[in-house]
Amino acid sequence: MGDNLSALTTVFTEFYYWVTVVFMFLIHVGFCMYEVGASRRRNHMHTLMKNTMVIPLVTVTFFLFGWWIYWAFPNGPWIFEGKGLITEGAYGGDNYTPWSQKMATNLGDRLTGVFWAAFLLFSWTAASIVSGSVIERIRSGAFWIIAVMIGSVTWIIDAAWGWHFDGWMVKLLGYHDAYASGVIHAIAGGTALGVLVVLGPRLGKFRPDGTARDIPPHNPWLVTIGLFLIFTGFWGFYAACNVPVISPETIAGQITGTTWTATNIYLGPTTLSAITFNFLMSLSGGLMVAYVVSKGDAFWTYSGGLAGVIAASAGNDLYHPIQAMFAGALGAFVAYKMHYWVERRFKIDDAVGAVAVHGYAGFLGLVIAGFLLWGQPSSPYEGYATINPLGNMIGAVIMFLVLGFIPAWIMSKILHGMNLLRVPAKVELEGLDFSNHQAYEAAIRDVTSAEKAMVK
Amino acid sequence: MSTNGMTSWAVDLKDVGAIYPFQGSEVLMVILAVVFWLGWHYLQLREEGAEIASEMKGNPEETKEAIDRY
Repeated sequence: MGDNLSALTTVFTEFYYWVTVVFMFLIHVGFCMYEVGASRRRNHMHTLMKNTMVIPLVTVTFFLFGWWIYWAFPNGPWIFEGKGLITEGAYGGDNYTPWSQKMATNLGDRLTGVFWAAFLLFSWTAASIVSGSVIERIRSGAFWIIAVMIGSVTWIIDAAWGWHFDGWMVKLLGYHDAYASGVIHAIAGGTALGVLVVLGPRLGKFRPDGTARDIPPHNPWLVTIGLFLIFTGFWGFYAACNVPVISPETIAGQITGTTWTATNIYLGPTTLSAITFNFLMSLSGGLMVAYVVSKGDAFWTYSGGLAGVIAASAGNDLYHPIQAMFAGALGAFVAYKMHYWVERRFKIDDAVGAVAVHGYAGFLGLVIAGFLLWGQPSSPYEGYATINPLGNMIGAVIMFLVLGFIPAWIMSKILHGMNLLRVPAKVELEGLDFSNHQAYEAAIRDVTSAEKAMVK
Repeated sequence: MSTNGMTSWAVDLKDVGAIYPFQGSEVLMVILAVVFWLGWHYLQLREEGAEIASEMKGNPEETKEAIDRY
């Protein structure tokens, strides 16, 4: 690790990312509680297990190939060489194959494990966002295939392209998405929509005249706690998107002098204070507007808070707090209105509003950042396009449509064609947990009758 | 053109201060934020008033049922 200062920096950075990973675990806890609260009693167990098994499946596949994709594909779809545009192999994919010594216990590399884990938690989040929208009718096996697709393939391709200091979208388009409005949220919303179009609505969701019925959450308090936990985990997510401390010499870009700084994922300077200001102000803008527009509905108020953060995330490293607040306010308004418009117009049954909160708000967040940050440097390296509205708009389309909706639609069509996507109507009506409940009741009868027989 | 005046990071960070867009518009942004905040109270109170007016229309039996639900 060289001298004492670099040793201390490395150990601090290692611990920093480790803490963010623990915080981000709360996102998954929150999503599980949220989904169980939103589902009906006869679907609880399957709903819980559907999202829980995202953890091992995405973890294993992200170890096997997801992390390699991130480092192997920054050049984009047409110049795959296994090395980046500017680092010429120093951080190339070869270092992150599952058989690389860097992907293991190694005293010479103290950061790969925690950095891999931070990205892995983003992967769980991407898959988990889709999970909520498809509850109560998708087959778990089908969802888990889709979860691996977004968690270990499509989202990490988009991260290589647009969330990497070497990514072609950053270099050529000036794409800027510091806290993942697009690379996590828009792609996850687009993926959810692609699945929902093929999957169809829950039985009973729409009346014969085509109007939508409300399917209330079975436990709104569990939903509330779940969303609070997601808010909490989101702090960790924000911190994990930063490099906590780095010297201009290490960045080796255009920055002169010797002042160390925190940076965003593109190694462009920012501060932890900036993102703390902006996280809270965008959350507040989203909560306030969502409360008014939904007439005090708890579910939408909390979801609007999330939409607010998501709509400001692309530029929350550089915004003024009041700008973040207004971006959040607009995001919550658009998410709420778009959810019900799409539901009415296209008969899409998004059980938790994930397409709106993550997809539309994420898309909007990229568009807003393109305008508000117009002309600012996208990178500390020479030769990169500056941030601009067109670049971020193209990026939003790539995230939501090209890497989100289209692969999910194709995969869902394949699964549907193999009769693997949706449970039969009878199973949906009696509940996905029907056989579990039967076994549960039988076990209770068995043990209680045995105990009663012991009473003298 | 750049919304914060910077077009590259070829600078010494010790010489850099605020980097948010549209510096010089802080007072305007604060005014807009105050309008947003006060507007929220107006809209919230209006909605709450309408909700209370609607609830006042309930008959005594419905009130007793609500009490029984605890």
